[in-house]
Parts: sequence; C-alpha cells; structure tokens
Amino acid sequence: MLSEYLPIVVLAALALAFAVASLVVSSLLRPHRPTPAKLAPYECGIEPQRLPKGERFPVKFYVLAMLFIVFDVETIFLFPWAVGFRRLGLFGLVEMVVFIGLVFVAYLYVWREGGLDWNEPVRRSGEREQVGEALRAG
Amino acid sequence: MLGQFLSHPPVELGPIGPELVLAGAGVLVLLGGALVRRRQPRALLLASLAGLTGAAVVSVSLWRWRGHATVLGGMVQADRFAVVARLILLGVAALALVLGHHYFERLGEERPEFYPLVLFTTLGMTLITAAADLILVFLALEILSLSLYVLTALSRRLAAVEGSMKYFLLGAFSSAFFLYGVAMAYGATGSTHLSTIARSLAGQTGNQALALAAVALLVIGFGFKVAAVPFHMWTPDVYQGAPTAVTAYMSAATKVAAFAAFLRVLMTSFQPLTWDWTPIVWGLAVATMIVGSVLAIAQTDIKRMLAYSSIAHAGFVLVGVSAATQEGIQSALFYLLAYAATILGAFGVVMLASGRGEEHTSLGSYAGLCRRSPLLAGLMSLFLLSMAGIPPTAGFIAKVNVFRAAVDAGHWGVALVGVLASVVAAFFYIRVMVLMYMQEPLEDVEPDPSIVPRLAVAVPALLTLLFGVFPGLVLGLLERASVLRW
Amino acid sequence: MIRLPLVLFFSAVLFSAGVYGVLARRNAVLVLMSIELMLNAVNVNLIAFSQALHDLTGQAFALFVIAVAAAEVGIGLAIVILIYRNRETINIDEVNLLKW
Repeated sequence: MLSEYLPIVVLAALALAFAVASLVVSSLLRPHRPTPAKLAPYECGIEPQRLPKGERFPVKFYVLAMLFIVFDVETIFLFPWAVGFRRLGLFGLVEMVVFIGLVFVAYLYVWREGGLDWNEPVRRSGEREQVGEALRAG
Repeated sequence: MLGQFLSHPPVELGPIGPELVLAGAGVLVLLGGALVRRRQPRALLLASLAGLTGAAVVSVSLWRWRGHATVLGGMVQADRFAVVARLILLGVAALALVLGHHYFERLGEERPEFYPLVLFTTLGMTLITAAADLILVFLALEILSLSLYVLTALSRRLAAVEGSMKYFLLGAFSSAFFLYGVAMAYGATGSTHLSTIARSLAGQTGNQALALAAVALLVIGFGFKVAAVPFHMWTPDVYQGAPTAVTAYMSAATKVAAFAAFLRVLMTSFQPLTWDWTPIVWGLAVATMIVGSVLAIAQTDIKRMLAYSSIAHAGFVLVGVSAATQEGIQSALFYLLAYAATILGAFGVVMLASGRGEEHTSLGSYAGLCRRSPLLAGLMSLFLLSMAGIPPTAGFIAKVNVFRAAVDAGHWGVALVGVLASVVAAFFYIRVMVLMYMQEPLEDVEPDPSIVPRLAVAVPALLTLLFGVFPGLVLGLLERASVLRW
Repeated sequence: MIRLPLVLFFSAVLFSAGVYGVLARRNAVLVLMSIELMLNAVNVNLIAFSQALHDLTGQAFALFVIAVAAAEVGIGLAIVILIYRNRETINIDEVNLLKW
C-alpha cells in the first residue's frame, strides 16, 4: 500500500538534497569580499538613493521571463510522449529528437542574438516561437 | 528496430512536402543569419528563394498525388485546391522577398530576421490551405499570425511598432474567438476532422445549436484575418504602419491563405449547414464591399487607400464564397489570384515611388509621377485599372466571374450591390491616375531607380494583363482545383 | 461528477470576462492577460468536452493551445516593450499615431 508512495518520497528527498547541495556548493565557490555598504543592515525607508517610481522593473526581467516561459512551456509536449513512450517506440523517439532539435535551434538563435546577455542591450526577441511551432507540421 | 520504425503508423509525408522544405529552409536561413559572423543578406535572399522554389516543385508534384486523400491521421488534405493555393502563396512570397531585400538594403538597416520570418509565415499559410483538421487550421493560423506580427514591427519607425501592437491585440482577440468556435465544433460533433464534422452534421447526430455557434465564431475568426467588415479596423493602421514591402506581402498572401482555409472549412465541414451560413457570408460581403469602397474615397494616404481597397476586395471574394458552389470556389480562387498579383504590384510601386523609407506616401506626392517615372506611373495605372475591374485586366474577369457565380446561385442582390460598389470604387482609382498623369509634380521626389525590384513589380503586371486577356490559361486549371471533398 | 452544462457555463463566463477585459482595459499588458483568460476559458471547454465525449482529441488540443498561448505572450510582451521604449506608455489610448 504505502510502498506505492515510495517513488514520491525518493523524489522529494532528491529535490531536497539538490537544493541543499546547490546552496552549499555556491557558498563554497563564491568570492567573499565584504565592503561596508554590503554589510550595512538594510532598513526600509532609511537610505534608499532614489525612490522607485511605481512598480517598474528593468526590461531585462521581462525578456528573460518571456524566454523562460516559452522554453518552459515547450516541455508540455514531453508529458504525453512520456506517457505513451512504450507504445510509440522508436518512432516516438525520433519525433521527439526532431522536436528537441528544433527547440535547440531556437535556443541557439536566442543565444547568438544576445537574448541571454544580462549586461548588453537586448537586440530583439520574439521570433523563435515559430520554430517550435513549425514542427507540428511533422 | 528499423522495420518497427518504418512500419509504425503509416506516415506519408508527401502531402506536407512543401511545408517540410519551407521549414528546413527557414531554420537554415535563421541559423545562417544568426551564426555567420559576416552577414550576407544576398546569400540569405538566395537561400530563401531556393527554399521557395523547392517547395513549389514539391507542390506541383502533388498535383498528381495518388495516395490517400488525407494523411497524417487525417490532418492534411492532399488535393489540387491546396496545390493551387500553395503555388499562389509561394509566388507572392518570392516576389515579396525580393522587394523586402531591396527595401531594407535601401534603408541601410540590417534585418537578417526578415527572410526566415517570411519563410515561416509562408509555411503557416501553405499549411492552412491544406489543413483537414480544425486543430491544424488553428496552429497554422497562429504560425502565420505570430510571424506577421513580428514582420510588421520590423522597422525602427514608431508607426510600424504601433501598427504591430494593434494587429497583435486584435489578432489575438480574434484567434480566441476562432478557438472557441473550434471547441464548439468539437463539442457538437465529437471530432475536429473536417470530414467527420460534416458527416456528423449531415447525419443529424451532432448538436445543431453548438454547431451553429461554432460557425458564427469561426466566421468571426476568419472575418478578422481576411479583413471583412466589421472586423476590418486593424487593416488601414497595419498596412500603413508596416514597412511597405511587408505590407505588399501580407496584403496579398494573408488574404489568399485565410480565404483558402475559410472556403475549405465552410464548404466541407459545414456544408450540411450551408443554408445557415450563406446569409452570414452574404451580409459580410455586402457590408465589406460598401464600407471598403466608401471609406477609401476619404483617404489621403496611398497606403491607407490601398488598405481600404483591399477590404473592399475581400467583400468581392466573399460574394464568390456566398455562392457556395463549385463555380463559387473557382471564381473566388481566380479573384484571389488576380487580387494577389494586383495588390502586390501596387504596393511594390508605392515602395519604389516613395523614396527611401516611408516618406511621400500621401496621394499628393503622386501628382505628376508620369514625368518623373513613366514606367512606374504606367505600372501603377495598370494595377489601379485591374482593381477597378476595367478590361482588359485580370480584375475585370475576376469580378465578372464572382458576380456570375452569385447570380447562378440565386443571389441577385449581392451581385447588384457588388456592381454598385465597383462603380464607387472606380472613382478613387481613377482619381489617382488623374493625379499621376494630369497634374504638375508638387514635390521633387526621385523615385528609386533600381532594376531588380522593378522586375519584381513587372511580373505581377504581366500576369494581370495575361489573365485579363487570356483567362482561359488558368480557368481550366482552377476548375479542376475547385473540388473540395469530404 | 460535475455536469457538462455547468462547466460550459463556467467557461462561457470566463470567456466573457476576458472579452470584457479586452474591451474595457486600457493597459496593454492587462489586455494581453484578458486574451490569455479567453484562451484558457476555451481550454476548460475543450477538457470538458473531451471528458464528456470520452475522446482524447480535446486534451491534446488543449496542450497545443497552452503552447500557442505562451508563444503569443512572448510576442505580445516583446511588442509592448518596443512600444514602451518608444513612447514611455503602454496605455493603448495614448498610442495613436495612426488614426483608427
């Protein structure tokens, strides 16, 4: 009975271990250069240099969020494939490789066009979705 | 293992061969533009044209397709209707690529995205003409729309971005209606296959109320894409705002693709409900012809005027659709062919006559064009005559055909309104010609002297004349292509 | 077991809320969200029909709709950002260089 839930427990343990491990590793690897400004306690309203107008975020956040959503949502096509994996067999695998290949093409395009650079101005984005969609013809 | 792979579901990729070629070419050109350090727009142009040619060759070979009528699980139809519509679309795309290449080169803007986007848009368009399932119709519609939104904004001008935003907001709004219609059709009949829907409706097994709601919602969705009144508000803004080469492309190609899908959906899956949807299309046709023609008179900008004229033309095609006969399909196809050639050429001339970028698109700057460039003035006159429906141009034959189809189907009224609307429309076409030939130039604008784009404009001009004088060249072909089976 | 008409009614209400949002909101991002609401209302509809008809097509289609909606949001936000950079506003009434 309860053994049915064992995979979930294992998954939860793995997720937890991954989260803890990433935090530990990053704390070991990151440079530690304290400055007075960094160590000063932040209290709301005391020393902000300029007041934020409204709720504006830099455009970069939007661009990255957009890219994230697009690539994230492409994974929904993996779920039905995973469910029917055994019956689809090699045919399904080839189809999925084609699909992922097209998503990879989109990724390559975004990367080369500077869509993932944080500091440089973003050239443009918004074209790659069609690539992901084009495959549905196949 | 390999045998298992080959034998799995019977996969016949032949009927989507053109789309596969376009997708491959699009991906290659996209990567070529992004990965190669020294960008060569000319190489991208040639590669794209090669892709279009390949797709055209594959399309022609499908004329004699002997396999199943629908392939890939009933998703794609392999019929001659799709072949003809594809060939028109591929031709338009090729000419538009040449025009667009020149447009961006002249502006000094580097737009490597233009080529793959045109290829992807064309892919969506050719796919929609062959789609035999509402799911695929929706996906193809989105592929072409999303690419067009980006194409519209492909310029630094503010008007382009603004037009793109309006296009996007209204376009996404209308796709939601379209999608709701698909869901209703699915709920009514339990299937999204066009032929299964038709069988279910013919056998009275489907839910008629839901099916009627589906028709209404799908007509809204398509009405938006073909710019039929009252779903036309975006058209003038988008056509004026977009880079002229893109306007030329989308005014010609979008209408062909959307009407091809419109015809297929109405004439196959909703054929059992013909008596219910004919009055809707009838009303749309009348409203579109009148509003398009009347509002065009008030325009002072040539791009806006042509946009309203393209709205009016959607009305004339709808006359052919409302006939709901094979003759109607044939006349609509011929009208689309003539319209595509004419509007592509007209916007091409606008691009060449208005100097760098988008200045001088007001009607006033066309005064005395015949002094500055007799060739451009002559080409423009030919296109305007064709739009007005004056012999010996393709527009004349096209109009006669749609009216005859409507009369044969018993729709006297709509044909009469059509004739009256063409008379009104003739006024503002002739007005531009008077401006070009009988007035002194107001502004000193040097028209673009380049040769290649002129050739690209001359091709549709030749076709307009050819189909006007010898319509028999294509009418027989179109007749064999205008059978939609279910 | 939820009855089909109830779900259809629910999705119709959601869809109408989306239509209202598109027509009434002046902020482009909110208009975009309203359009998403309309698409998701259709998804509810599709799933309900799929359940009632014991047919998987509706569910498969809903997956496609989700992906298309994401692509649409991507393009939409990109266009809104372009507008914002140019005009410092995303109020669609103030974006009126071209007359309607």
